[in-house]
Amino acid sequence: MSEAAVKERSALWDHREVEDFLIAEAALLDKWELDAWFALFAEGARYEVPQAAAPEDASPQTSLFYIADDYFRLSERVRRLKNPEAHSEFPRSVCARVISNVRIVKTDGNLAHVEAVFVTYRSKNEITDVFPGHHRYVLEARADGLRIASKRSTLALDNLRPQGRVSIIL
Amino acid sequence: MADADPKISGAASADPMVMEDDAAALFRVNRRAFTDPEILERERDYIFSTCWLYVGHASELKSPNDFLTRDVGGRSLIFNRDRKGVFRAFFNVCPHRGAAVVRDKAGSAISFRCFYHGWAFNNNGKFGSRFEADTYPEDFNADGCANLRSVPRLESYADFWFVNFSESGESLEEYLGGAKAVLDLIADHSEVGMEIVGGTQEYSIRANWKLLVENSFDGYHASETHSTYVDYLADATGYGAKMLSSNRPKLSRGVGLGNGHAMIEYIAAWGRPVAQWIPSWGDEGKVVVDAKRKRLEELHGAERARRIARANRNIVIFPNLVINDIMSLTVRTFYPEEPGRMNVQGWALAPVDEEPDFRRTRLDNFLEFLGPGGFATPDDVEALESAQRGYRTIDVPFNDISRGMRRDEKYHDDEEQMRVFWREWSRRVEGAA
Repeated sequence: MSEAAVKERSALWDHREVEDFLIAEAALLDKWELDAWFALFAEGARYEVPQAAAPEDASPQTSLFYIADDYFRLSERVRRLKNPEAHSEFPRSVCARVISNVRIVKTDGNLAHVEAVFVTYRSKNEITDVFPGHHRYVLEARADGLRIASKRSTLALDNLRPQGRVSIIL
Repeated sequence: MADADPKISGAASADPMVMEDDAAALFRVNRRAFTDPEILERERDYIFSTCWLYVGHASELKSPNDFLTRDVGGRSLIFNRDRKGVFRAFFNVCPHRGAAVVRDKAGSAISFRCFYHGWAFNNNGKFGSRFEADTYPEDFNADGCANLRSVPRLESYADFWFVNFSESGESLEEYLGGAKAVLDLIADHSEVGMEIVGGTQEYSIRANWKLLVENSFDGYHASETHSTYVDYLADATGYGAKMLSSNRPKLSRGVGLGNGHAMIEYIAAWGRPVAQWIPSWGDEGKVVVDAKRKRLEELHGAERARRIARANRNIVIFPNLVINDIMSLTVRTFYPEEPGRMNVQGWALAPVDEEPDFRRTRLDNFLEFLGPGGFATPDDVEALESAQRGYRTIDVPFNDISRGMRRDEKYHDDEEQMRVFWREWSRRVEGAA
């Protein structure tokens, strides 16, 4: 993109469009429409969930993460979650994802850095677990709509007690 | 502490939790062992107050004045090194009124100060506050009552530090018995030393702690519970599905190591950063792995090098130190909060001198399988919690742990290693010695 084109596209980022996109993404996950959800990701995208209480700049090269998927492993995660042998999520848990406090923090041509607060409720086996935290996205604007270039979901938790696992996508 | 040690009283329970019938080759555990609050009380007295319990790895306290806080056996502890570098363990409870003296998870400090009334302590535990004359009698603290209370015993083997809340009893080395040889094998992953890397994983499972003991070295459940991980491996290793469904490997055994410790040992198709190559690591990775293997052979001979490089080991050091030397190297402990709930702490262990690419692979391997967001552990959690709920149905009262009892040499997917645990558990908790 030329400098002028970058500038032009930067001006086009619309808060409403971004927020609608994040809410639509959450709705796909709530409905377990995982293929459609995965199609929101740009090729080469990453999805990460650092450990609870990890430093903000934690890197999966040196720190343990709950999830640090490159595009291949994310595709495998989706494949696994669709398999009835993924026992933690079969039978399926029931989930509701609340997305709020959406902010476009930086734009750079067709890329936008977006932050949001989430609260995800996961219910199964008579127990409801709550996962609060912050999403940090890099979104990419394409001719046919927005794509996720990266998504990092940082839990606002001290540790994974009592939840015990992150077997859903947050 | 309860009034009598069941080992000494020899008073075997009239309603035994563990039933072994050699002639019939049957081994059963009463499911009440997982649900009864009175059993948990006995475990607190006869296991968590008398056994050696893992507190941390030497690499977590690299320098003098380093400290960390950790819950061990239901107690809050400070595990630290004093100004001279001596390793110490204190109860993290102010001798004055009981508030936590250290509230950080880790750090470096030459002294500790309670935030409630400000009582201060040297990092060797000595009370350090000064008061105006007549505030306290002159001989105040002559008996050490104002010092941080030391854990009765703190000992280490191969950089693994353990505490014991009982003043007397066997030394750590006597207690570890045959498990020492396994800790030596892990130490031999590196000439320079091993270190905890990547942080602490803290999670909980709504199940009795002994279910995670069993699960941590259960070679039987893997292909069933973790079929989706096996599918993933087939894609990710480059071997494809065929290689993974091979016949029983030559190395497949489950053995006791003395004093209730046990392990399984086996060959598997996943990559091991020390030092088993898989196709997806490419030719460059093969060069590095081959060099590691060669160096291990120079240092330890071909046979031991092969065991270090290729053999997988899942170990439980009684009662609750799990070391799984598999596609990554994990150290894990867990304690009961109540009969149906445990808190788990897990760490990754790695050679200090590991290449960055292999370190990343090690952490990837850890999170893929062992982590609470991985492709395997969540399904274990599901299974353990399902079993715990199952024990509410008291009409079906026994677990079967008999697999492989008739075999002379037990396989890694038999259940001998669990029987070793349960026999020691019964000896301590039920006085079945």
